[in-house]
Amino acid sequence: MTPQTLYDKLWDSHVVHVEDDGTTLLYVDRHLVHEVTSPQAFEGLKLSRRKLWRISANVATADHNVPTTDRKLGISDAVSRLQVETLDANCREHGIVEFGMNDPRQGIVHVMGPEQGVILPGMTVVCGDSHTSTHGAFACLAFGIGTSEVEHALATQCLLQKKSRNMLVQVEGALPRGVTAKDLALAIIGRIGTAGGTGYALELGGGTLRALSMEGRMTLCNMAIEAGARAGIIAVDDTTIEYLKGRPYAPTGQMWSRAVDYWRTLTSDVHAKFDRVVQIDAGTIKPQVTWGTSPEMVVAIDDRVPDPDREKDGVRREGIERALVYMGLEPNTPMTAIRLDKVFIGSCTNSRIEDLRAAASMVRGKRVAPNIRLALVVPGSGLVKAQAEREGLDRIFRDSGFEWREPGCSMCLGMNEDQLQSGERCASTSNRNFEGRQGAGGRTHLVSPEMAAAAAIAGHFVDVRQWR
Amino acid sequence: MEKFNVLNGLVAPMDRANVDTDAIIPKQFLKSIKRSGFGPNLFDAWRYLDQGQPDKPNDNRLLNKDFVLNQPRYKGAQVLLARKNFGCGSSREHAPWALEDYGFRALIAPSFAEIFFSNCFKNGLLPIVLDESKVDRLFHEVLAFPGYRLEIDLERQIVTKPDGETLAFEIDPFRKYCLLNGLDDIGLTLRHAEKIRNFEDKRKLDQPWLFG
Repeated sequence: MTPQTLYDKLWDSHVVHVEDDGTTLLYVDRHLVHEVTSPQAFEGLKLSRRKLWRISANVATADHNVPTTDRKLGISDAVSRLQVETLDANCREHGIVEFGMNDPRQGIVHVMGPEQGVILPGMTVVCGDSHTSTHGAFACLAFGIGTSEVEHALATQCLLQKKSRNMLVQVEGALPRGVTAKDLALAIIGRIGTAGGTGYALELGGGTLRALSMEGRMTLCNMAIEAGARAGIIAVDDTTIEYLKGRPYAPTGQMWSRAVDYWRTLTSDVHAKFDRVVQIDAGTIKPQVTWGTSPEMVVAIDDRVPDPDREKDGVRREGIERALVYMGLEPNTPMTAIRLDKVFIGSCTNSRIEDLRAAASMVRGKRVAPNIRLALVVPGSGLVKAQAEREGLDRIFRDSGFEWREPGCSMCLGMNEDQLQSGERCASTSNRNFEGRQGAGGRTHLVSPEMAAAAAIAGHFVDVRQWR
Repeated sequence: MEKFNVLNGLVAPMDRANVDTDAIIPKQFLKSIKRSGFGPNLFDAWRYLDQGQPDKPNDNRLLNKDFVLNQPRYKGAQVLLARKNFGCGSSREHAPWALEDYGFRALIAPSFAEIFFSNCFKNGLLPIVLDESKVDRLFHEVLAFPGYRLEIDLERQIVTKPDGETLAFEIDPFRKYCLLNGLDDIGLTLRHAEKIRNFEDKRKLDQPWLFG
């Protein structure tokens, strides 16, 4: 038999029907639902008098709009409140499992899913959210979809898809001290560009990946979409299986053993052919900081803000110039000289327990710098929050001057009150530094949790390799 | 969904790479539970000098006169000419909804982000990929000639310039068929309901833990 990539295996095992031009009806095992991209889909079903195909395939939570302050007060913004209430009503009407705003298991959809064990290896996972790529960390074919496709998945348990090409990013060597999965993700994007993965399913492999925790792997796959790849995928190993064991929705007993036997097959075959291979030496990666308005506008912490005069390509030069104006930065400024106004630790990229532990270890016994107006820690889910509190991390953050909040997407995209004001500069552990992403006129620098935490203490970016 | 056949439309140039979905429709408008009415807030942060809100009327807002779509010569444009990786970022279908609601029916760029690209077809919006050099020429011509229009023939897969030059483009036959006929994907898929059920039955036997 021809050796197959993991993506080929996942694809082949979900094909229901193929049109003449290769357009494929692909079966959907798991559909995650949240309040922003689902109301129009449910409305569409109602108008066309269609039913849900398989109710138990859907799991919902409210995350984008929810306040991160005291939930007893409800949602003050009427438009946001209506959207969250609409999700509640739709889930109630159709019998969909929902972890609503006041459920202890509520959280960012991409944190809640794996935590509950509703994401299992070999699944196709879809959600009306581009960061669905996160779940590829479990050897799932997981990708974001638009609202029309949300409706399609609800009504048919399938999606119409064209097969992507295979790309392998092979990472070898140990990550140096102070360098994390987030830095690796940003370094990969810096190398291949934000459109580098367009048209590909991106498998991440190599010894470095095998040494990463599931949290780290989720961070990497989460950012695959920022490299243009709809899906990032990582093979199953002991770490994957260990993570899943005992999760509420994971199989148990005999079923567990049967599942594990199957999951072990979810790796690329040894001689599988990839259309493109990128090799990365983990040992050369330094802590990363973005300087511009696209995740590919990234440099190492010991580097400087780029100089547009050195860029030969016209469109790129204009892009750099425009980004520097928006970001309020001068060319050739050392990254460590950039002073900050706010710090955000959270988002589906970096809000899991390991991220919070790493950030807390940087700030223990220290104080947030006086120029930092707000330093926020927003756990990814209610369960992450509870775990962190059991470990005393909340105390460490609070004692250092951070605010400890309720779970949600929060300032990653500022759909709730957590936003940057115009001109404010933020060190953020999120995934997008687009213009206005965290608030109109806000300036975002993407970094790891360690880098964000250290920057909060110093008041400017610092090289965490020299921290303490 | 509206059928797409032949379009002869005024062209507006969006001369920057990596235009993301946050720029196309900022997040505050995503709170809506409707799928229409996003047109007045398309490119909101670039188009206006003040900040838009979902419940705020747009009629008396301060326009950014420098923004390309606010220039009188591009009023009524139906074709948006763009640079590479247009529509990158989030999966929000509000982006194509806003473009369509504004009046655009076709987009031309050297490349599009995948989710956005797919979302366009679900809304009768035709995204056309052309070589970077050809797109570059179109940018020069649009800027040089006020009233510059392109004719887009989906059936023949051809873009015709005012000087008669034609540019061929590729499109998946299935997507073309759906767009030409204004077909609803769900209805098409449900023709295969029996196949889906059979697939599902087999899956229940092979991987019962997925159906717990």
